[in-house]
Amino acid sequence: MPAGSAPVILPSRGGIAGALSDIFWRRPKLLLFLMLTPPLLWLGIVYLGSLFALLLQSFFSIDDFSGLINREFTLKTYGELLRPANFDIIVRTVTMAACVTLASAVVAFPIGYFAARYARGKWKALFYLGIMLPLWSSYLVKIYAWKLILAKEGILTWLFAKLHLSWLLDAWLSLPYVGGNSLSVSFTGTFIVFVYVWLPFMILPIQAALERVPGNLVEASSDLGATPGQTFRNVLFPLALPGIVAGSIFTFSLTLGDYIIPQIIGTSRLFIGQAVYAQQGTAGNIPLAAAFTVVPVVIMGIYLWAAKRMGAFDAL
Amino acid sequence: MTTAVSFEKVSRHFGAVRAVDAVDLDIRPGEFFAMLGPSGSGKTTCLRLIAGFEQPTAGSISIFGERAEGVPPYRRNVNTVFQDYALFPHLNVLDNVAYGLMVKGVGRTERAKQAEDALKLVQLPGYGARRPSQLSGGQRQRVALARALVNKPRVLLLDEPLGALDLKLRENMQEELKLLQRALGITFVFVTHDQGEALSMADRVAVFNDGRIMQIGTPQDIYERPQTRFVADFVGSSNVLSPDFVARYSGKRRWASLRPEKIRLAEKAGQGVAGTVRARSFLGATNRFTVDAEGTRLHVITPAGQPVPEDGADVSLVWLPADLHLMDEPA
Repeated sequence: MPAGSAPVILPSRGGIAGALSDIFWRRPKLLLFLMLTPPLLWLGIVYLGSLFALLLQSFFSIDDFSGLINREFTLKTYGELLRPANFDIIVRTVTMAACVTLASAVVAFPIGYFAARYARGKWKALFYLGIMLPLWSSYLVKIYAWKLILAKEGILTWLFAKLHLSWLLDAWLSLPYVGGNSLSVSFTGTFIVFVYVWLPFMILPIQAALERVPGNLVEASSDLGATPGQTFRNVLFPLALPGIVAGSIFTFSLTLGDYIIPQIIGTSRLFIGQAVYAQQGTAGNIPLAAAFTVVPVVIMGIYLWAAKRMGAFDAL
Repeated sequence: MTTAVSFEKVSRHFGAVRAVDAVDLDIRPGEFFAMLGPSGSGKTTCLRLIAGFEQPTAGSISIFGERAEGVPPYRRNVNTVFQDYALFPHLNVLDNVAYGLMVKGVGRTERAKQAEDALKLVQLPGYGARRPSQLSGGQRQRVALARALVNKPRVLLLDEPLGALDLKLRENMQEELKLLQRALGITFVFVTHDQGEALSMADRVAVFNDGRIMQIGTPQDIYERPQTRFVADFVGSSNVLSPDFVARYSGKRRWASLRPEKIRLAEKAGQGVAGTVRARSFLGATNRFTVDAEGTRLHVITPAGQPVPEDGADVSLVWLPADLHLMDEPA
């Protein structure tokens, strides 16, 4: 067929699909509107709506005698948070979240670095599998598995005994605050399990951030006379910082809100999540539970604001 | 006299790939040295061997007389201008330029002053506060140059530094680089796949192919007296003539190179080599023809303004016997 005889304008594909394709092509905003409306309704009404309902609850108070909720605006419930017993819970949770975040970042960085710089082909697949695989199994199963590992008769105690390091474990457990009868009933145990469970949420953003750092920046730094340590401080760390901050948002906020891990592994002293659970369940004190819930939200807000002020997102 | 960079039987193999294969090379102090070759010819690997990003599989490298194997890049007084500049995106221009001084512990005010001087040297004074992302390609290139030069390296390595620039800018930078090199007296080692760039800027050129050096010489040497078919073809697209063809016209059975611009169209038919014009193109200052002469394709370049034969016309080609350059390549 000669080149000149083909039609210039092709006929419409026909049918409803063809007509819709043409309409959406001419009016791309219509498609965007149709695609975004359902999730926005979900996010706006169901999700944010319930959050605001919760926020509202925290400004009510409970009548000590009748146990009924007094629906009048008051800051009394927030005042309750400052009572030593409640304030301890907040300090304990925030300290734990900070320690878990720091440890996750330290453990995750080398893993993310390896994955971003060196892993190729099947090693990269293995990396993703290794990170994701634990997420496929039930969170509760993993935590109970850890309870067995950390128990007095568990693998870890056995391992320390085999290595003739039982004295080290005993010394650690005899320390105030972090110690206890065994790892499974100590804050150390809670800490280890938190780090284990949230680690993927730190590794993936760090890996993604390092993936975007061109390899020749590391070479350029070395070329200009920087030792590997200086290259890490001056090039890699600042460029990975948005990833570390993103990861820390996950680990920090997830630790602030979790109530299952400290309940199964740890001491009888409460964390914020457990306090919320206890207040809204057994105690029936919804306003105090709501006030407790607002604490992590406020802390995360402050944290993000501080991270932005420190320039953590400048490299984005 | 010591050499600036010396390679003795240097090889760099990546598995079965011989990126650099038994290369001997001496670069003189203060010289503008170009490594020319197609991509994958080993020229960039050679540059990386000098910088210290790669270690030789075999052989030895010395820089100003000092053995360089096993010495990490940060202990070499050699700096690199990277192909895509590799500027640090999180630092402003001044901090980029001052980076080398910063990691060596030079004080803040002193390094700011030296960095500003380096920016003046590359004609970007007052650009210190900008981010690399706010600069044009040519400006980034200058920053990369300043960032390397501020360290006063003994050898400056340039990896296709002009590759990403447009033609006009490239020509300006070629001239500037040349002047800068003369003024500073630093040994420049320049990697390029652009033969025009290598010939116009370098004092000496090494032509690479398949991990080996085909020929080292001055631009005139390389252009006028290529030793191998590869060099003749790669540098200035010379006509490479087979031993049979050469035997017919000069009596010697040798491979030969004949520059397109050395060939003229004969005034009258019957002279020289007869052929048919197959294609022609207008290149501004010159006209370029492809002539089919008894099965051998010859490229001919004539100055514009001379009569231009039609496509398919029969022509006769003549050249001076001295312009037919016989090569060392075995017949």
